[in-house]
Amino acid sequence: MNEFLTLMKSELLMTLLIFLLLFVKLGKGVKNETLLPLIQVLLLLNLIAGFFFNKTGNLFGDMYFTTPLMAFQKSLLNLAAYLISLLCSGWLKKTKHLPEFFMLMFSAMLGMFLLISSGNLLMFYLSLELATIPVAAMANFDLERKTSSEAAMKMILSSAFSSGILLFGISLLYGATGTIHFSQMAGLLDNSPLQILAFVFLFTAFAFKLSIVPFHLWTADVYEGSPIAATSFLSVISKGAIAFVFISTLYRVFGAMQDTWYIMLVILSIITMVIGNLFAIRQQNIKRFLAFSSIAQVGFILVGISEGGAAGLASVVYFVLIYIFSNLAAFGVASVISDHCGKENINDYKGLYKTNPFLSWMMALALFSLAGIPPTAGFFGKFFLLTAGGAKAEYWYITVAALNMIVSLYYYLRVVRAIFMDKNEQPIEKIGISPTVKMAFILCGTAIVCIGLFGKLYDYILSLI
Amino acid sequence: MMNLNTTLLLLIPFLPLAGFVILGLWGRKIFKANAGWVGTLLMLASFLIAVYTAYEYFTHSSGGHYDKIVPINYTWLKFSSTLSINMGIMLDPISVMMIVVVTLVSLMVHIYSLGYMKGEERFPTYYAFLGLFTFSMLGLVLSSNLFQIYIFWELVGVSSFLLIGYYYDRPSAVAAAKKAFIVTRFADLGFLIGILILSYCAGTLDFTTMINTLTSPESSELKTSLTYSFLGVSALTWGAALVFIGGAGKSAMFPLHIWLPDAMEGPTPVSALIHAATMVVAGVFLVARLFPVFSFTTPGVLQVVGWVGAFSAGFAAIIACTQTDIKRVLAYSTMSQIGYMMFALGVSGMGGEEGAGYTASMFHLFTHAMFKALLFLGAGAVIHYVHSNDMKDMGGLRKYMPLTHLTFLVACLAIAGIPPFAGFFSKEAILHAAYQHNTIIYWIALLTSGLTAFYMFRLYFNIFWNKPHQAHGEKHGEGGFAMMLPLVLLGLGAIGAGFIPFGKFVSADGNPLHMETDIAFSVLPVSLGVAGILLAAWFYLKQNSRPDAVASGLNGFYKAAYHKFYIDEIYQFVTKKIIFNCIGRPAAWFDRNVVDGLINLAGSGTEAVSAGIKKMQSGKVQQYGMYFLVAALALAALFIYILK
Repeated sequence: MNEFLTLMKSELLMTLLIFLLLFVKLGKGVKNETLLPLIQVLLLLNLIAGFFFNKTGNLFGDMYFTTPLMAFQKSLLNLAAYLISLLCSGWLKKTKHLPEFFMLMFSAMLGMFLLISSGNLLMFYLSLELATIPVAAMANFDLERKTSSEAAMKMILSSAFSSGILLFGISLLYGATGTIHFSQMAGLLDNSPLQILAFVFLFTAFAFKLSIVPFHLWTADVYEGSPIAATSFLSVISKGAIAFVFISTLYRVFGAMQDTWYIMLVILSIITMVIGNLFAIRQQNIKRFLAFSSIAQVGFILVGISEGGAAGLASVVYFVLIYIFSNLAAFGVASVISDHCGKENINDYKGLYKTNPFLSWMMALALFSLAGIPPTAGFFGKFFLLTAGGAKAEYWYITVAALNMIVSLYYYLRVVRAIFMDKNEQPIEKIGISPTVKMAFILCGTAIVCIGLFGKLYDYILSLI
Repeated sequence: MMNLNTTLLLLIPFLPLAGFVILGLWGRKIFKANAGWVGTLLMLASFLIAVYTAYEYFTHSSGGHYDKIVPINYTWLKFSSTLSINMGIMLDPISVMMIVVVTLVSLMVHIYSLGYMKGEERFPTYYAFLGLFTFSMLGLVLSSNLFQIYIFWELVGVSSFLLIGYYYDRPSAVAAAKKAFIVTRFADLGFLIGILILSYCAGTLDFTTMINTLTSPESSELKTSLTYSFLGVSALTWGAALVFIGGAGKSAMFPLHIWLPDAMEGPTPVSALIHAATMVVAGVFLVARLFPVFSFTTPGVLQVVGWVGAFSAGFAAIIACTQTDIKRVLAYSTMSQIGYMMFALGVSGMGGEEGAGYTASMFHLFTHAMFKALLFLGAGAVIHYVHSNDMKDMGGLRKYMPLTHLTFLVACLAIAGIPPFAGFFSKEAILHAAYQHNTIIYWIALLTSGLTAFYMFRLYFNIFWNKPHQAHGEKHGEGGFAMMLPLVLLGLGAIGAGFIPFGKFVSADGNPLHMETDIAFSVLPVSLGVAGILLAAWFYLKQNSRPDAVASGLNGFYKAAYHKFYIDEIYQFVTKKIIFNCIGRPAAWFDRNVVDGLINLAGSGTEAVSAGIKKMQSGKVQQYGMYFLVAALALAALFIYILK
């Protein structure tokens, strides 16, 4: 019993939060102004609790297992959830069904935690669904906006389709190996055509969730239509969690197929970076822009994953950490502006620096980090990803990735130019920022500036593996 | 054992950095006119800690020998088990000396600027930049490895760019800042390649390890790296030479000196800080830091260092005799004095008496910092009063600026090498070292020292004598207390610094070196100095026609020197005519027609592809599903049938 409590600590805390919100909802109803700070504090406590009592162990006959690295990954997701609750507080306060929104968010996170820790295919599939369906509901949360419903609809249909293929793959895999346990399966893989077909189908499910081109088509529509809180959840927490699971599944379960998935990753990462960048250049809507840029970022993550060892794993975890701060800061600025005046177009951002220097600097810092300009943290994140990817000595591959970094520089700086240099007759007026949001911004900004300079962090992640 | 607290050590560079951050963020809103005090107090604290550190370090020698100690070494980026980039602090006699010099001069400049820059619109910004510069310079001298020194080297470049271009509404200041930045950048490219070569040969970036591997004949790294060569010269020699080029760029050695005179466009206290005492000696410091490598492994490069230094010393002194902008005279004099430090290193050997040049060079660096900062600050006071940089507008100022006059005289005597002022001792040490190792360099140095006395007193007489007393608007010419205090303190330094038994503390191998002043040897240089002063007095004490007569007598040579031997024009010719026509134009053609063509092609291609794949993003979910399925099947087919 005691072991159950410590090993499943993250999941249990999340469940506790869900029930708590349920009771709040069933009760007389609490005002958003009181409920939101409470949730923020709870999320902070939850985040802190994640750093204690982390052990290796498994439960329920190998269906669930955890390691300190997994606990760290879950803590990263908790961190991102906490930041979202702070940065999007403007929108969250206004929403009519605040408890439900968080209940959905926490359910999805519970799904992700279980997904990270899942030890067999059944667990894997169930938690994947749990991690997806609530997000579709979150995407629908701007109830009066049609695009929001459209986003939810597209998401749920696409993921149903993806699930179908995944289930097909799972059943083939079971047929080929005779087991659903990951630990047993790893020894039974022999690269037979049936197994490769099964693997490809399984792979597409990850590719869909991570928005790897050409499985990315739902992304931009869903990002654009959803409220920003849901979009940032999708682009940061979902992406991060799936990346963690993807990498551990590839390394641990499908290690025998490394030759196959290495080539697959090389091909898909190049396509993903290139297409993501090409589309990002054209976008005018800030959310669509960030959607495509996040697709390109996933391409870089794949470069790191292709390494196949400790360095690949560590660099991905490190990158996700940095990505959380950078991307959430960018979404945060977009969220503040969109809440205030509903403007989501890059052209509307022209001359923002004159009226809102703080927001402008935050946006610039976030975009610099996303573009990987030294000395922001993003540079170090990309640097380690590319060094990991370069370990195979396929230098042309790293060159292609580096060239894509340069292309991405162009469109990130385009936004910075609009904010700082372009003139505008009617810039967005001065926006007052609440202390909570400001604190979250400062936290992100500090992290972006300091993480890269704090070299021990990468060593720490490496030591967890 | 030494009682050095690492936190305290870190405070030395980080207090000025804190000044930069605080004033950069809140200077204009909160502190406004008080910003100067914030910067100055932080600097004062940093200075006191630096002095304390120096006291602790120099009072705890192990039997007279000073070790290199690395109290802080933090792994920043780890690439493999052997290669990592560290951030650390290294204490050895020269870095300890440098932190005292840098914090002292910076403190003086901070105080002085309270008066000099008062009422400037961007006053807090100015102090923020000063803080950034001081931080970078301290980081540079405390670096424990080559990579770290390179980072701070560039930071120093950036912050000096900001300070030189402080008056950004003046086109000449902007041009000067750009010129300084580009020329030193050009040299830094050499430095970077040099760093890469040296670290590749030694297999490390760390100074201590690098020096050990590259100077012990048994080390396998040294043996293997001696086998690499390029154009008949060993790779190590290339590395050391390129590192020296980096140093020569920052230290304004011929022919990379052209930025220094123009950099005088910055505020005068900035010139005192950057172009007299700190940044320009970074090159000397770098050579001294890697001195064992130069001395043991690449003696050929050390020869080059010596000759470049000696030539620059003489060359700059000749130009200084003809300039009329007082700050430019000081700029050329700085270049000349740094030439002294360089060739002193060039003629030095490693241990015992052989290492006299090393000690002399560092000694001169130390004393020069005092009197040259004093000269610049004095010149600043004069400019503050007269509102002009040109000595034609000055003259007869001694009655209106008695304190400035007195301290300026002290500094001039010091730089002219008249005993018992500080410059005398260090210059004697340098001449002595040169005399024993290289007679030609010795004679160049000797003549230069005569010239130095001449042009410095030309400056002195032109400012303070020459014409009858002249008031410029106000009755009283001195700046406020804030401007006078640094003059007095530095004046005391210029008088007393020479009496420090420097050889006891700083030497090439860490063991004490006995330096004595040989009176018989000093007769010649000192009498040359006095002759220079008398000559200057004959020309300039009272207004007369003698200077013009001599100038027209030396017609061609005078003109050439006045135009700084046309070095700028040569650069212009090379860059504008040769590089522009032979490389720039073809490159531009290639760029316009081939590269742009390709880019346009890529652009229109991208557009076309983008428009093509736009259809993919149709917004119809059923199509998304179709693409999904096709892609999945294609992948499966690819791996099952084609890439089996």
